[in-house]
Amino acid sequence: MRRTPFHEFHKEAGARLIDFGGWEMPVQYAGILEEHAACRERVGLFDVSHMGEVWFRGPKAMDAVSHLVTNDVNKLAFGQAMYTAMCNERGGIVDDLIVYNVAPEEVLICVNAANRDKDYNWMVAHNPLAVDIVNESDYYAQLAIQGRWAEALLQTLTDVPLAPIKNYWFGTGTVAGVEGCIIARTGYTGEDGFEVFLPAGAADILWPAIQAAGEPYRLANIGLGARDTLRLEMKYCLYGNDINDDTTPLEGGLAWVTKLEKGDFIGRDPIVTQKAAGVPKRLVGLVVEGRIARPHSPILQNGVVVGEVTSGTRSPSLGLNLAIGYVPAHLAAVGTPLAIDIRGSMAPAKVAKTPFYTRPY
Amino acid sequence: MSYPANYKYTDQHEWLSIEGDVATVGITHHAQDALGDIVHVELPAVGKTLAKGKSACEVESVKAVSDVYAPVSGTITAVNTALDGNEAVINSDPHGGGWLFKLKITNAAELEGLMDAAAYAAIA
Repeated sequence: MRRTPFHEFHKEAGARLIDFGGWEMPVQYAGILEEHAACRERVGLFDVSHMGEVWFRGPKAMDAVSHLVTNDVNKLAFGQAMYTAMCNERGGIVDDLIVYNVAPEEVLICVNAANRDKDYNWMVAHNPLAVDIVNESDYYAQLAIQGRWAEALLQTLTDVPLAPIKNYWFGTGTVAGVEGCIIARTGYTGEDGFEVFLPAGAADILWPAIQAAGEPYRLANIGLGARDTLRLEMKYCLYGNDINDDTTPLEGGLAWVTKLEKGDFIGRDPIVTQKAAGVPKRLVGLVVEGRIARPHSPILQNGVVVGEVTSGTRSPSLGLNLAIGYVPAHLAAVGTPLAIDIRGSMAPAKVAKTPFYTRPY
Repeated sequence: MSYPANYKYTDQHEWLSIEGDVATVGITHHAQDALGDIVHVELPAVGKTLAKGKSACEVESVKAVSDVYAPVSGTITAVNTALDGNEAVINSDPHGGGWLFKLKITNAAELEGLMDAAAYAAIA
């Protein structure tokens, strides 16, 4: 199994480690509920070094990226980032990504861990502008610092002014003496916070520095378990669960990052066709009564199976049973009553407004 | 964590506290630790008759669902309704307040196959 540069720190911290797509990652330290609450109420630290980093370089780097992704990345200023889907020729989602406009002729793309090789191979195979595409995933470690105290904590370790960095913008500079860090105000939790790209070799410096700086804020280490409950409360997609090669951005609730008017991109034609014909199914948020729905639980209306749950959990913040799943478009309206077959017993469910959770600050 | 010496155990990580012909059943410390934070329990109906090895109830953590099996054949005589909304008791007090159900034993011979605390501690 592959390990991140923070592996020894996880073991020292008493993490429970699991196999996550070939990566030995912490699923929990103190416990999922405690970690979830720490992130919502204070601040949490996540090792997300398994995520991949691919650079596009050259005069037409952003044009090459735009050809591959659904969002209008040509609108990005330097220092600005954008969430987007990358589609195949059928309009199915190869991956969901964040594109960073770093400098003239330099674009960074952050890809999902399980898709590192798939994405890189796809990008290289669809590079008509012949820009320089390099998979530098092994050169980077990545940490997420999320929660209301994230800015205050991180500011004690860097000269890069953080307050002016708006949501989905980033700065570059030194963190705890480590040069060459990218500090982005992005995240996967619904909290304010940052994701920091750092050279993998500096992991031994940064982890203890953040732990020390985090003490006054009662920083908690957070594993993949709470990462999942935090993102689910926001209805953020988990690639492989909620979206995949066979779901389109329109089906997956990613129309907001699909800019059909921006010019051609791979997958545009089938998406345009689907939009005109009507999107057959939609990814919705569901609140389930009494039981916890899990991936692949059937969704029913009037006793007939109409869809399937893709993610589900008990929401630690809301105390509700939340699920995400696909239903026919005509059943996607908020308030639509449905049922979920949970191992043979029917639990009432309702389509809910999302995100389920809204931060109070 | 020590395993109470007066309890019996199964290789499915359940414990039984036997008084007369009634067994109180719960999951062991080892089981709750492996599951993590427990957030939901689906208890059986009182009066339900179960054969040994059949699923009696479900214990759910944030991440996973786990079946709890009838460790011996019997009829459910009581369930721990105090767990509703306080499922974390199964984590904090698995061998006491975290009990799940009581079972009236119908075939005492099945008790022979259960482990004592020392045998269970060796596999937990």
